[in-house]
Amino acid sequence: MIPLNFYLVLSALLFTIGVVGVLTRRNAIIVFMSIELMLNSVNLTLVAFSSFLGDATGQMLVFFVITIAAAEAAIGLAIIIALFRNKQTVNIDEINLLKW
Amino acid sequence: MIETLLIAFIKIVIVLLVLLTAVAYSVYAERRISAFIQDRLGPNRVGPFGLLQPIADVVKLVFKEAIVPRNANKPLHDLAPVISLTVALATFAVIPFGNTITLFGEEVKLIIADVNIGVLYILAFSSISVYGIALAGWSSNNKYSLMGSLRSSAQMVSYELSLGLAVVGVIMVTGSLRLDQVVMNQTNYLFGVLPAWNCFVQPIGFITFVVAAFAETNRQPFDLPEAEPELVGGFHTEYTGLKFGLFFLAEYAHMIVASAIITTLYLGGWHLPYIDMIDVSPMLMSIIGILTFVIKVTLVLLFMIVIRWTIPRFRYDQLMGLGWKVMFPMALLNIFITGLILLLLQ
Amino acid sequence: MDLYAFFFYFFAVLTVGSAFVVVFSRNIIYSAFALMFTFFGVAALYVLLYADFVAVTQLLVYVGGILVLIIFGVMLTTKVFSVEMKTGTLNLLPATLFTAIIAGMLIFVFSATDWNVVPDQEWDTTVYGIGALLVNEFILPMQVAGVLLLVAMIGAVMMAARDWTKLKSK
Repeated sequence: MIPLNFYLVLSALLFTIGVVGVLTRRNAIIVFMSIELMLNSVNLTLVAFSSFLGDATGQMLVFFVITIAAAEAAIGLAIIIALFRNKQTVNIDEINLLKW
Repeated sequence: MIETLLIAFIKIVIVLLVLLTAVAYSVYAERRISAFIQDRLGPNRVGPFGLLQPIADVVKLVFKEAIVPRNANKPLHDLAPVISLTVALATFAVIPFGNTITLFGEEVKLIIADVNIGVLYILAFSSISVYGIALAGWSSNNKYSLMGSLRSSAQMVSYELSLGLAVVGVIMVTGSLRLDQVVMNQTNYLFGVLPAWNCFVQPIGFITFVVAAFAETNRQPFDLPEAEPELVGGFHTEYTGLKFGLFFLAEYAHMIVASAIITTLYLGGWHLPYIDMIDVSPMLMSIIGILTFVIKVTLVLLFMIVIRWTIPRFRYDQLMGLGWKVMFPMALLNIFITGLILLLLQ
Repeated sequence: MDLYAFFFYFFAVLTVGSAFVVVFSRNIIYSAFALMFTFFGVAALYVLLYADFVAVTQLLVYVGGILVLIIFGVMLTTKVFSVEMKTGTLNLLPATLFTAIIAGMLIFVFSATDWNVVPDQEWDTTVYGIGALLVNEFILPMQVAGVLLLVAMIGAVMMAARDWTKLKSK
């Protein structure tokens, strides 16, 4: 039987990889995918706790996270596509209109 | 442990064999029926009535040269047909094709994977089937392929909504996500005479589901992803030989699986109405169940084929308009009415 | 090593490995498809944790919905017809430092805490429990989530529409 800590460390690793992606990549869509990775790692933590502590609340919270993620995906990609239409780029270091 | 694994393995092998044969012969059926509708002869040279035609086709496809376009992305180009076929076949795992059968003193459930959430599993896998097409279109590096795959992704994503919402009505009536429970629930009788199939209980949901299933399988009248006059062959323009054969198999496997899902969810699955009023031995009962299931699936399949050769193709904006402005509100209305009636009956 | 442990390690490696590809791949379409394998791996881990309903929802929403949107985004915002889609990196050094600190902290907290674990929980089905919680204790958050989805949908359509005034006049 795999102990709870293994799942937690796994989700910590997943979260860290997501953070690396958000901090280092230039392409907005990859940043976006990294955020999804981080959300997934949080979900994994919630489900692991829910299963090991014998309480369904954790799994239900995952549904709220998934809802938010879906809303975020729709809005985020709409923003990215609108940006691309105006500036012909999705590289976040080239989108610096507010930086004077 | 070993015994359950062995039983599962045998079930998988039998179902796969039957399914693949059925796929091959549904291609033959489609060609014969289209020939009949268009007043032609159709394939009738190989074997009696052309019955060996599928074998000849498979042999031909296997021995053709596999051409990959120079600028295509080779690994993804190879992966796409595999994903398409795998997803189509994997969906069949949760469909009950009979009740139970007692063989050698062992009671075997006639379903490969008896999971708690069968209905959701079907929806999940139907939503994954977009990938095979999207990958094929993108990796071929051809504008017709890409247009076809973009169209099909948009179409499948739009119709998935109506598909999922239509199933919600069935779940509400059944009160369970188990597919065997869904079938069991349909073995009752409405007013003592009419079989309580979900197509009678949920007429709006049934129509919505069937139309959405047609769109999901990319069949006429919704076969825009491979509209020949506009897009050459759509997403599989650049495929040849065995890989094209896999796409072809996947399309028909999708059709058979869709028919099986329609049968299970709305047409009573393996249940033959009024058979429980006669006294039959349990063994015979199981066999009748399997046969009923096969016949129902075949009828739905023939219906799909006939539709293809009688109704013209939709225009793209009509397709999207139908999906979002008609099917989607209808599915929502169905949920509302079902909830209201369930509340009143309580 | 029993079967359960084998499956855990297999899917853990699959998840983390494909997550690496997502973040470090030079080709954005490879990132997108690696993300699919990550989602699959996480769904499999849910199954190992007896969370069947969440696992299928993961497939349905993440793989069938969000990832399709992402791939659409990729296809609409890059030169689709060129198979090569390079994207660069930046801020490598500070980012590495920062993430090393985060990883260390997380793993330390996770392993140092003594969790109050219920031994050997075997769930039959989680659907009923989740459903009961959703419509009883958490009914208000669920309604709010529904409103949020509606707002997100309208917002996304408004933002992505090429010309909003033209859409209105129709």
